[in-house]
Amino acid sequence: MTTSTIKLNTTAEDHHIARMAAVALGLTILESAIPSPLPGVKPGLANIVTLIVLARYGWRAAAWVSLLRVLAGSLMFGNFLAPGFFLSLSGAVCSLVVLAFAQHLPSSWFGSVSHSIYAAFAHITGQMLVVYLWLIPHAGIAYLIPIFATAALVFGTVNGLIAARFMEETPTPSIPQLDKLPDNIPR
Amino acid sequence: MYSEALQHLKPGDWLTLLLGGIFVVLLTLKLWSGDLADKAIIRSGGKIFKEVALSRDQQIEVPGPLGTTIISIQNRKARIASDPSPRQYCVRQGWLQQAGEIALCLPNQVSVELAGSSRRKYDSLNY
Repeated sequence: MTTSTIKLNTTAEDHHIARMAAVALGLTILESAIPSPLPGVKPGLANIVTLIVLARYGWRAAAWVSLLRVLAGSLMFGNFLAPGFFLSLSGAVCSLVVLAFAQHLPSSWFGSVSHSIYAAFAHITGQMLVVYLWLIPHAGIAYLIPIFATAALVFGTVNGLIAARFMEETPTPSIPQLDKLPDNIPR
Repeated sequence: MYSEALQHLKPGDWLTLLLGGIFVVLLTLKLWSGDLADKAIIRSGGKIFKEVALSRDQQIEVPGPLGTTIISIQNRKARIASDPSPRQYCVRQGWLQQAGEIALCLPNQVSVELAGSSRRKYDSLNY
């Protein structure tokens, strides 16, 4: 009987997205060392990677990087399918939806800071919806919204500035098949 | 360092920052304003002694087992001005302003609670 091998053919694009997701994951681990005054108030450093990938490689790549980071991060921290995972996921999905629209803003007027702020507000909106509809269906959580909104504005701005600065300093690495791939290419 | 960071902000970014700031301020004002209190409910010995509107400044004397507790209402706020209790916790609590706030004088069995127009269904919920 011949042994069968299952070989997954990976492209350079797959490797690149995996590398970006790994960087985002590393930032997530780094961030877990920073104490937070309130559960849910985080700098969101891994979103810097999402912003850079969005600007350089398009929304599809950014979506892959973001969702891979949420999934792999939850497996690594041991809270896959726990409430924290669903909060991360809802935040990521909502911010990706908003970024799908925000990326079409004229880039001479709007930079990474705008993308970051819109995505940050979408993120906390998604999370508050999950909290209200599932975890804590009490109107009292409305008292937390101003805190999260302020954190979203502040950290969204900081992350956007870091992403903009990084992109200015580091030129886009030339990945053969990946330069700004249009969305209609089948994967 | 700040001027160096500012050069990364494009005109649209400033607009986003402004909109975001306005949004945060509006949220804070709307959600943190608290319920406005209409009246003070004064209880003695567990039963309602008097319900007083906060619109008029006045002083109310409430008799109890230890003596008289004086409740003072001023500027739509209420406080326990004096009370014959040994530790004076209710007096030290100070001014009550928002609906739901309450001061208790347990030794003299007197309490004053501020109530608003909206009916509160729960005092607290635990999960």
